[in-house]
Amino acid sequence: MFQNTSMSQKTLLNATEIHIALHRLACQLIEKHDTFSNTVLIGIQPRGIFLAKRLKELLESEYKIKNILLGQLDITFYRDDFRRSDKPFQANQTTIDFVVENKNVVFIDDVLYTGRSIRSALTAIQSFGRPLEIELLTLIDRRFSRHLPIQPDYRGRQVDAIGDEKVKVCWKENEGEDAVYLVKS
Amino acid sequence: MSELSVNHLLGIKYITEADIQLIFETADQFKEVINRPIKKVPSLRDITIANLFFENSTRTRLSFELAEKRLSADTVNFSAASSSVKKGETLVDTVNNILSMKVDMVVMRHPNPGAGIYLSKHIGASIVNAGDGAHEHPTQALLDSYSIREKLGDVAGKKVVIVGDILHSRVALSNIFALQKLGATVKVCGPKTLIPKHIESLGVTYEPHLEKALNWCDVANMLRVQNERMDISYFPSTREYTQQFGLNKKILDNLNKEIVVMHPGPINRGVEITSDVADSKQSIILNQVENGVAVRMAVLYLLASKIQRNEN
Repeated sequence: MFQNTSMSQKTLLNATEIHIALHRLACQLIEKHDTFSNTVLIGIQPRGIFLAKRLKELLESEYKIKNILLGQLDITFYRDDFRRSDKPFQANQTTIDFVVENKNVVFIDDVLYTGRSIRSALTAIQSFGRPLEIELLTLIDRRFSRHLPIQPDYRGRQVDAIGDEKVKVCWKENEGEDAVYLVKS
Repeated sequence: MSELSVNHLLGIKYITEADIQLIFETADQFKEVINRPIKKVPSLRDITIANLFFENSTRTRLSFELAEKRLSADTVNFSAASSSVKKGETLVDTVNNILSMKVDMVVMRHPNPGAGIYLSKHIGASIVNAGDGAHEHPTQALLDSYSIREKLGDVAGKKVVIVGDILHSRVALSNIFALQKLGATVKVCGPKTLIPKHIESLGVTYEPHLEKALNWCDVANMLRVQNERMDISYFPSTREYTQQFGLNKKILDNLNKEIVVMHPGPINRGVEITSDVADSKQSIILNQVENGVAVRMAVLYLLASKIQRNEN
């Protein structure tokens, strides 16, 4: 590994663009799921939960949809790169206090990259029952970088990021601002 | 921090407070897993674990086996009673033979103190000590502290008294190390003959009167009198032991506060603890057993996560 001294970052989405994207994603969800009577949202730990919470708030406050079920799923114990990665993984909390049996499940994550996290999530969710259908919503879809045949059903923005470029999603409640950056190292 | 500082769990003495906290945080997640409709995760599906029990055990062995199975590890079991150990094979030979069959981790209980440490110097696999003689029983201490943390919110600042046969107890020693590392104060109580000399050098105090000790503490851990380890008589009779150091409902109800009662099992009902106390709402004995599986899953998971990366 060589040492990087310079790092540059480019803004992919600013706060306004994220705001618009979130509204569009919320509307697309309503188009498909109507009143969410048989639909549950599952945020993928650790970064997907910010997006999931935002969408839930938006659906409830702006679009007056009540009683949306939101869970958070940790995939650490289901990863296929356990003991193959350089750094150890810290497990996060899983909170799913409802049954997913025969429900329409929407997985929510911030960035779709190799697709391996979603593969793990597909296995993990089985411990909670057999969903009727599972969809995937991501804010950023990194094109041409998939290792598995997994594609999003709802996407905020598609980007082409290569090699050592990294997509960084920031949220107001965590990083102090809403923004998506492409970080080159 | 998200990695243990050690490659083996040989005793609480050899791990840090941060290690214990990491094990607890990981155990929290596993506790959620074992309460799901499907209580299994695929994390250790390519790991083989040998459970080597050179000494009898029921709950520790079951607990480890269950933890391994819930992590999807493959397991092989071995007990000394039905093995070549009886034919004169040495410990290292026995274990090396088992390791030749490509085993990644070893969970071992052995009657000799330090057996795990000795083995860790001779073999490559990750070792979890499931009790070595009167030395340490780290996973029991971890699940005890985890249960206190669950019941009282935190271990730091709590007062814990360990009552009974401290001399022959690996649970006592491991508990003392764990509780102190987590910031609790520890007292021991029991017949003078069953308290090791120089116990004060561990930073614990001795209290000969049960009621005084109980009035002082937040948590009482009642240990079993280990008759099988006693080569001589340490107290006149079981009846006398019970009269002085047995915990019954009357003593419990007369205390100036409500304390938490623990027992590592197996219980000698009517000796160190009466049935009404063991089954009372102040007792967390069965929570300890449930937490045992989650804590052991955490230990195995965290140790396993270091195996391959060490090889690389």
